[in-house]
Amino acid sequence: MSDATHREGSFFGRLGQIFSAGPAKPGDSFGAPGVGNSTTIAIASALGIFFLWWVTTTPALGPMVKPLFLPSPAEVWDKFVSVATEGYQDQTLAEHTFASVQRIFIAFVLAALFGIPIGMAMATNRVFRGFFDPPIEFYRPLPPLGYLPLTIIWFGIGETQKLVLLFLAMFAPMVLNTRAGVRSVAIEQIHAAYSLGASRAQVLWHVILKGAMPEILTGMRIGIGFGWTTLVAAELVATERGLGAMIMSASEFLVTSVVIMGIVVIGIIAYSFDLLMRWIERKVVPWKGRV
Amino acid sequence: MAQVKGRSTSKKAKSASIKSRKTAAPPKGGKAKSNGSGEELRAEAVTVVYPVKEGDDVHALEKVSLSISPGDFVVALGASGCGKTTFLNLLAGFIKPTEGRVTLGGRPVLGPGADRGVVFQKHALLPWLKVLQNVTFGLKMQGIPQGKRRDMARKYIDLVGLKDFEQKNIYELSGGMQQRVGLARALTSDPAALLMDEPLGALDALTRDNMQELILDVWRETHKAIFFITHSVEEALFLATKLIVMSPRPGRITHEYELDFCHRFFECRDARKVKSMPDFIKMREEIITIIRGDELEGGNIHV
Repeated sequence: MSDATHREGSFFGRLGQIFSAGPAKPGDSFGAPGVGNSTTIAIASALGIFFLWWVTTTPALGPMVKPLFLPSPAEVWDKFVSVATEGYQDQTLAEHTFASVQRIFIAFVLAALFGIPIGMAMATNRVFRGFFDPPIEFYRPLPPLGYLPLTIIWFGIGETQKLVLLFLAMFAPMVLNTRAGVRSVAIEQIHAAYSLGASRAQVLWHVILKGAMPEILTGMRIGIGFGWTTLVAAELVATERGLGAMIMSASEFLVTSVVIMGIVVIGIIAYSFDLLMRWIERKVVPWKGRV
Repeated sequence: MAQVKGRSTSKKAKSASIKSRKTAAPPKGGKAKSNGSGEELRAEAVTVVYPVKEGDDVHALEKVSLSISPGDFVVALGASGCGKTTFLNLLAGFIKPTEGRVTLGGRPVLGPGADRGVVFQKHALLPWLKVLQNVTFGLKMQGIPQGKRRDMARKYIDLVGLKDFEQKNIYELSGGMQQRVGLARALTSDPAALLMDEPLGALDALTRDNMQELILDVWRETHKAIFFITHSVEEALFLATKLIVMSPRPGRITHEYELDFCHRFFECRDARKVKSMPDFIKMREEIITIIRGDELEGGNIHV
């Protein structure tokens, strides 16, 4: 018994250690929130979720969950292979993926083309700020599904409507982050440039835009994330090709394996885009957070 | 303790350390030629009033006059709120005087320009540019071709001792080196005057001492007119050919001293020796007393 209580005590003792504020190890900073490496735990967590999925769905183990609700990993993989090679609803996975990536990319370029200059103009000019602030701040918190019907009424059910929806999702974060970026430029940098003989336009281009780049890139990163979030909504209506359309049509026919496969593919692509943006960030603004 | 409004130049300084401004020109002066050489930066009875919604308007500066000639090293000291930085911003052209005017070589100053270089305390370099590009930034803005601006910049990069650091990133440099880049950048446009707003304020004590000597050498070499703000009385005495002490409410110059400690440094090259001379220490205590009085009056120090 004493053994058990001892173990129990040590268990709570260990639990207490996780949450207590003991002195830090050499090299760590006392009181710094969230110190330590979490990679091992993250891998364990991911494997754990996968294992749980596998245990609850595999037929050989007497599936606890019906395939209708959650198909097994093997079934999803088979579906992935068959959709990749034979296709789903006359389109292969590559075609669905290409259609979605193309939409996101076009909307992203348009949002950057409009969002960054408008954000710059709003941050540097009170007329632009006054003009654009109400509409952007009004629509920004609205859920895309909320104004989806309106985009259909206005733009029909063609490609334009899908691009408009994606554009709107990406536009606001790019504007907001560009504005924040301009605000983050030190006034001394601007003063220094003027007293080195720079003109207003030169200060705008060589100092303010460059100085705002870290935040602008963050805005692009958040924007493209919002784009993927909105993809299914954008491809909800009258769409033959696209990952979102594939998921929606599969759900209508209760082909759960395709739904899950589509979600995983979107997840992987969105994450790859994020990694790409982070890589670009390191290349373009290596000085971020270091000055 | 009440000072007469405006300017009451203290002549007590004469006994301590003295040389008239004309004779205080650096020995090597005139060797380096400046585009704006011979041009005097003048503030003529400038007043700056900040409007305040409730209560009386704040007189950040009240009828302040000062002239800075090439070869002058003017250092401004004073209690917080005495208008030092406001005055520098006026000279730089960042703000406009409510009354009075600022002129350079007789022409009114209407805004910031390359004829008045500014060195800031920090955060004024452009981190996306290498050291060399930072130093040539002004010349690039003025449309000077790349090859030529590099040649012009190298002279000043050498002068501040950054020869081997041209291709470094700003964020790879120490605070002292960053300030050297800031100094070289301001010099490369070859301004008539250098305006320095606590350029050494963020540096550690040893680096600060080294930078003081560097700034003196650069000044002697280039013969610029310098306006320098600091909070360190010792630094002010060591660098200045002319020291102005400013007081708040309203901001004004209350004392002016002509000094020659920097020339004594050029003779002996021993900063510690100069800073421990009896008349240096006497001067230091005198000025600390003045500033402390102003701070006490303003309630900034609680005894």
